[in-house]
Amino acid sequence: MQSNVKNALIWKFAILIISIVTAAIYLLPATPAYKYMPNIYKDNMPNKGLTLGLDLQGGLHLIFEVQSDKAVATTFNRMAVSLKDIITKKNIPFKDIKVEGEKLIVESTSMDVIDTVKASYPNLEANKSDSNIIFSLPNAEMARLKDGATDQALETIRNRIDAFGVSEPVIQRQGSNEIIVELPGIKDPKRAIDLIGKTAQLKFQLVNDESPVAAELPASVPVGQEDAFEATFAPKVPQDSEILFERITKPESGQTIKKPFLIKKEALLTGDLLTEARVSIDSRYNEPYVSITFNSVGAALFADVTGKYVKKRLAIILDNNVYSAPAIQEKISGGNAQITGSFSMAEAKDLAIVLRAGALPAPVKMIQNLTVGPSLGADSVVAGKMAGLGAIILVIGFMIFYYRLSGVIADLALIVNIFLLLGIMSILNATMTLPGIAGIILAIGMAVDTNVLMFERMREEVRAGKTARTAINSGYDKAFYTIIDSHVTTLITAAVLFQFGTGPIKGFAVTLSIGVTLNLFTSLIGTKSLFDLINYNKEIKNLSI
Amino acid sequence: MIEIIKKTNINFMGFRNYAFTFSGILMILGIIAIIQVARGSANLGIDFAGGTEVQVKFDHSVTLQQVRHVITENAGIKDFELQDLPTVNKVLIQIKGKEDTVGQYSDKIVNALKDGFKDNTITVDSISEIGPKVGSRLRIDAMWAIIAASIGILVYVTWRFKFRFSVGATIATFHDVLAVLGLFYIMGAEINLILLSALLTIAGYSLTDTVVVFDRIRENLGLINKYSIIEIVNRSINEVFSRTIVTSLTVFLSGVSLFIFGGEILHGFATAILLGVIIGTYSSVFVATPIVLLFGGGEKIAKRK
Repeated sequence: MQSNVKNALIWKFAILIISIVTAAIYLLPATPAYKYMPNIYKDNMPNKGLTLGLDLQGGLHLIFEVQSDKAVATTFNRMAVSLKDIITKKNIPFKDIKVEGEKLIVESTSMDVIDTVKASYPNLEANKSDSNIIFSLPNAEMARLKDGATDQALETIRNRIDAFGVSEPVIQRQGSNEIIVELPGIKDPKRAIDLIGKTAQLKFQLVNDESPVAAELPASVPVGQEDAFEATFAPKVPQDSEILFERITKPESGQTIKKPFLIKKEALLTGDLLTEARVSIDSRYNEPYVSITFNSVGAALFADVTGKYVKKRLAIILDNNVYSAPAIQEKISGGNAQITGSFSMAEAKDLAIVLRAGALPAPVKMIQNLTVGPSLGADSVVAGKMAGLGAIILVIGFMIFYYRLSGVIADLALIVNIFLLLGIMSILNATMTLPGIAGIILAIGMAVDTNVLMFERMREEVRAGKTARTAINSGYDKAFYTIIDSHVTTLITAAVLFQFGTGPIKGFAVTLSIGVTLNLFTSLIGTKSLFDLINYNKEIKNLSI
Repeated sequence: MIEIIKKTNINFMGFRNYAFTFSGILMILGIIAIIQVARGSANLGIDFAGGTEVQVKFDHSVTLQQVRHVITENAGIKDFELQDLPTVNKVLIQIKGKEDTVGQYSDKIVNALKDGFKDNTITVDSISEIGPKVGSRLRIDAMWAIIAASIGILVYVTWRFKFRFSVGATIATFHDVLAVLGLFYIMGAEINLILLSALLTIAGYSLTDTVVVFDRIRENLGLINKYSIIEIVNRSINEVFSRTIVTSLTVFLSGVSLFIFGGEILHGFATAILLGVIIGTYSSVFVATPIVLLFGGGEKIAKRK
């Protein structure tokens, strides 16, 4: 009998000590002591420590919605441009090719159109009407296109963020057309958001100087009134052209104006033919600009275009904003071009990044932005620590005051409990959030409940005149189911919160549920063993409770 | 032995009619709050309503009037709410449910403040912008969370306890959640995601005290031949009264620390937990237990067992 008790005790303490040591090893990297450890230790032992959530270290949590419908339009427009070329070359008569909604319309009655189009784009389905042939994509194909747009947007955003340089970003897809981006520890959130959200469609289009309308355009339009201006001017604009603006900041006054341009709609060259984009500094004005290099196809096209339109103005347009519109002096054959504009260094750098990473297949819309500044993050860490310490002191103090030596034992269990909780968080590589800290603090209050229930049982047994050992044993036995019942519902709600909650709330669910589960472990294995140990050698007469 | 509460002999069940009235009012408040939330006329946080929230820290103090003036004049925004946070020199600016693509208001607000308070250093603590799509998704998730938690607790309680106990425990749990929600509603406090997690935590914790009382009643039912069921219930509550108070007290102490030190973000959460613990303790004695009597059919059924 006695040796049975002894064996059980040894086992229980062994389990406890192994747990505590394991937790300590995993927690060490989160403590200041870690930097004094030798390299051989750092290389071979856990080195991650606790991961702080965005709400504690500061950072961005963004959700973008990919406008995948626009990706369809982009694809159709591209098809239209290349089909125009192909059909012209084959000398098939047609009036025009245009895109309406999710349909590509060839204004022609020639049956050869269908074969020619199908030869290039076998997925298109043809429908003939009186004077048009209407092409569309089957639904499955459309879905694939939209789906692909989200994937491609994700890749592009990842490349941009990598180039921007953020440590441990999270970029993942959610649902059919959403992208979640988490950027910890960002100093300039606005810049990061702009960088990710920019579509970065680079186009080279001719300035329509031949039209008499061009001469009617005012030199500038006040910022914010572009749309109104466009609306009033729209009836005069020729069919093949559109009005786009250049943003100009006057160096002497710092005032910003918008200069309108009449631009031909047709894109002669686009940014997907780029191989390189770098920031260079203009030696004369000491202003940064972005120099771009085309791939071989792009270089040939660029030479072609510049040769064909000498003396005309070629506008460089990014996301419907004119950056510059220099007149072509001569045919440019090297495949190099420059994008100038009144950039700051950061703007030029970001422009180079987005051009290198490529355009998004469709515009993205930001539908959620949670930004936590580094100062609030730091404040929250302090607040969390203070609240945790406050709770520990209050609860520990109360337990010792109320239950004396038994209270000390419960407090030991409590401290082990918190320690193991943090250790498990590190092992699971779970993220610590501010609500997560709140979960730990609540778990502190709940953890001692288990012991309170047992102690109160023991007190009853003592009052009933039982010996200390019997009081301890029956106290534990009788309180057991009450304890289990009182924990299970907390675990149920924690599980629900984990399932349905957002990031920080998930953190709360994790700490609360680990805390409550550990509580069973530390009180049933921990405090019970301590009582048994105290009781082992000598039967205690007076239970300090 | 130190005892906060010595051996008591209170006729708890004697108060049950007062308790039912009081609890009835609390629960009605909670139901009104739910209806108002559903109608969108409660003070919903931007996580549910969608909108923009900017929290800024000023180096030295400003009045809310000054901030209001600067935002109206410099940013040209008229419809917004201002809130002075309990932390020094922090102000929260809130615009609910306006923009489809987020990101316009926060820039305007921050720039306006920087222009308007040139001699004051402004730190942007946080910006939260939630589009209507995300807002409605969070509302739906919240609804599912409540349904899932309710079913989970119901199933567990029904499985563990006899019918009349499970009815009492379930009603007490809903009572606690409704009461806290109702109190938040009449205080005009914000109903947001973090309050929801506090409410679910209360729902989970609510059972702790109730179980302690119920277990004792179950044990004491063995004495049914000697005493009436009311006497047994009263006796049981008196026996476990001190531990009911102490278990609640420890969680309450944690909540107090969270309330005092936890900062502005956890303030609402801590308030809800503190209220929840008090109401939960009260309901385990004055709601859950009398309902057991009510649904158990009183003395007859109990005696036949």
